[in-house]
Amino acid sequence: MGNAHSAHAGHDDHHGAPSSIWARWVTTTNHKDIGTMYLVFAGAMFLIGGLMAMVIRAELFKPGLQFVDPAFFNSMTTVHALAMIFGGMMPAWTGLANWMIPMQVGAPDMALPRLNNFSFWILPFAWLILVATLFMPGGAPAGGWTLYPPLVLQGGDSLPMAIFAVHLMGASSIMGAINVIVTIMNMRAPGMTLLRMPLFCWTWLITAYLLILVMPVLAGAVTMLLTDHFFGTSFFNAAGGGDPVMFQHIFWFFGHPEVYILILPSFGVVSEILPTFSRKPLFGYESMVYATASIGFLSFIVWAHHMFTTGMPLAGELFFMLTTMLIAVPTGVKVFNWSATMWKGSISFEPPMLWAVSFLFMFTIGGFSGLMLAIAPADFQYHDTYFVVAHFHYVLVPGALFAIIGAVYYWLPKWSGHMYNMSLAKWHFWLSTIFVNVLFFPQHFLGLAGMPRRIPDYSTQFADWNMVSSIGAFGFALSQVLFLVLIWKTVKGGAKATDQVWEGARGLEWNLPSPAPYHTWEKAPAEAAIIQASPTGH
Amino acid sequence: MLRKPGSLSAVAAFVAALAAPAAHAEWGLNMTRGVTQISRDVYSLHMTIFWWCVAIAVFVFGWMVVSLVKFRKSKGAIPDTAMVHSTKAEIIWTVIPVVILVILAVPSARTLIQIDDSSKTQLSIKVTGFQWKWQYDYLDKGVSYFSTLKRDSDAARQMNSGIDVNGVDNYLLDVDNPLVVPVGTKVRVLITAQDVIHAWWVPAFAVKKDAIPGFVNEAWFEVDADKTGTYRGQCTELCGRDHGFMPIVVKAVSKEDFEAWLKAKQDEQKQASLPAPATAG
Ligand SMILES: [Cu+2]
Repeated sequence: MGNAHSAHAGHDDHHGAPSSIWARWVTTTNHKDIGTMYLVFAGAMFLIGGLMAMVIRAELFKPGLQFVDPAFFNSMTTVHALAMIFGGMMPAWTGLANWMIPMQVGAPDMALPRLNNFSFWILPFAWLILVATLFMPGGAPAGGWTLYPPLVLQGGDSLPMAIFAVHLMGASSIMGAINVIVTIMNMRAPGMTLLRMPLFCWTWLITAYLLILVMPVLAGAVTMLLTDHFFGTSFFNAAGGGDPVMFQHIFWFFGHPEVYILILPSFGVVSEILPTFSRKPLFGYESMVYATASIGFLSFIVWAHHMFTTGMPLAGELFFMLTTMLIAVPTGVKVFNWSATMWKGSISFEPPMLWAVSFLFMFTIGGFSGLMLAIAPADFQYHDTYFVVAHFHYVLVPGALFAIIGAVYYWLPKWSGHMYNMSLAKWHFWLSTIFVNVLFFPQHFLGLAGMPRRIPDYSTQFADWNMVSSIGAFGFALSQVLFLVLIWKTVKGGAKATDQVWEGARGLEWNLPSPAPYHTWEKAPAEAAIIQASPTGH
Repeated sequence: MLRKPGSLSAVAAFVAALAAPAAHAEWGLNMTRGVTQISRDVYSLHMTIFWWCVAIAVFVFGWMVVSLVKFRKSKGAIPDTAMVHSTKAEIIWTVIPVVILVILAVPSARTLIQIDDSSKTQLSIKVTGFQWKWQYDYLDKGVSYFSTLKRDSDAARQMNSGIDVNGVDNYLLDVDNPLVVPVGTKVRVLITAQDVIHAWWVPAFAVKKDAIPGFVNEAWFEVDADKTGTYRGQCTELCGRDHGFMPIVVKAVSKEDFEAWLKAKQDEQKQASLPAPATAG
């Protein structure tokens, strides 16, 4: 690992970026360029997944079938979810990890740069395969992103392609996670103890362990689907002595930690932004670390709360209900710590702070509906209705996605060296926040009133709130155009950003120039600087 | 308040104006109370948790809003940078949520145990999910039939059918042959499926159970003796192209009406099976 500091390292490594496109963007091993590619890729997938959401909301704008066949509608919900989760959220977090973790722990790059390049370049091909199924006879996968058999096995030619794509994405995620773990464990600058790390590194470290533990489980589950379909096995086929519900157990053993994979890094981002704009250190730093770790642990013993209606034995239902309720405790600790961070602070509302505060309120709303869903008898009414759709979209959109957007607003000046247009940023924020609630809040009502999820058409009693929700969806999607314009303009030019960028920001990345040079921390930061930049200041 | 006819008609006009853009609309907000003891228990659990969440929200959001208003830099707030940790506070906000959770867990577990108790049922009906219809089989009664989406809904739901769905009664929530059950009777449903997983859901009974091929799930309900009526639900597990078009309709009738209906149905099915002995099975 000492290589990066060695005088024998490739000569042009020590100067700016390589000038050829091939070396800069294809064979690159630079964590910043790979991070950028991850983020651009994630943006493209958010766009594709978002367009699918628009198809869904257009069809649901009013009752009756207007635009798409129900089978295509099912493909839309399925691929929308896969695109947003595996194509958008996870690569976006990996991109942010690539950019920020080496800069935050005082490392010159990720520990395994070639693996880093490989794990990124797998993704476009995986998605090419999956998106190609949309144009195949029989259409894209339409059995839901949860891939439940036997339905998913009716999928025709898209099934093996989707499974192969999932394998590739899983391999990519595992490699990315290994890289994060090795970087944090081995590449920290001398003096950067674990408890001096920013919470973004901590939450990502725990996320990376979750990824390594559960992605192989998903790979196993989909491989069993493959052999059931093509090689005559009966893992999930009751007629052959198998059990379709076993798939659900395996899937959710992956799937529940997966939702924490999406949300834990946002806890990290919010834990950086709130102290910065409250001009006050994070309250309860250590308890935040422990709360994250306990959420990570609990995420492994709650999976069957997704399956209360499958007919589990009473003892199982009680166990999963109680463990699920327990997650509210560490999550509550986080929300209280964040609130205490703002208390007696000196708060200002720059764009990253707006997104973080918005996250705080709306993620908490998603937490409340999550607590309601934990109550098994009530879940019998909520399960597979729009109430669930509202719940997980609150957690994932004004939750995880807002944190990703907040992170971009927080670090973009450091990346690009330019300050962005504040009024454009505020327009983007307010429109997004208003429309996201118009979009998702009525879905609570729809679910409680009895509208099942994943249906292309509905009874007329659900018409009003669906129309409201669709209007919110179109508004939210259009608002994101402002974000694209803002990023484009900021990368192209704009007022010069200072090195510190934000008055109250702590963390090693702010000791670097803006824009961050192509190579950073080739010489490790001094311990005094590390201590001064640490979240706790000691 | 509404004693004067003038204000009454004003209110009526206002309500009519609200309702005008969508004549069939209901702006429904909340879960149904339903028509069984269990569904009411579930409803009250739901409301209990909801109000706890509201109370917690008032506290947490209130705390945040006060911080955001009071400790603004623009108002000259000086940060208290020493306020970074408090073991006492952290113990409090760990213990209090645990206590609230216990308060919620007790009635939840009680209701769950009641739902699980399917002993002493008086009538058993096997429910089988198909792509995309339901089959109802009155065990040991010799009555069995399919229940599919009603034809007017089915015609209107076709792509660009030209039929105004608002003119269809109970659009997508009506079937040709509803399930008929007696009120005041503990009815057991044995739920399974033929092809893929479906789920049988009747919100008014708070019964939702997956219908899984090769496995039989059990659920039960007992409609209040005075709650005869028609109750509607839908398949709630994605089951392919027409998942949205296999509704569930249950007619709860008096015990006498049920016996009469059963008798008629038995005769009808006996009649139907007589001329075609070769199609046994
Ligand atoms: Cu179904």
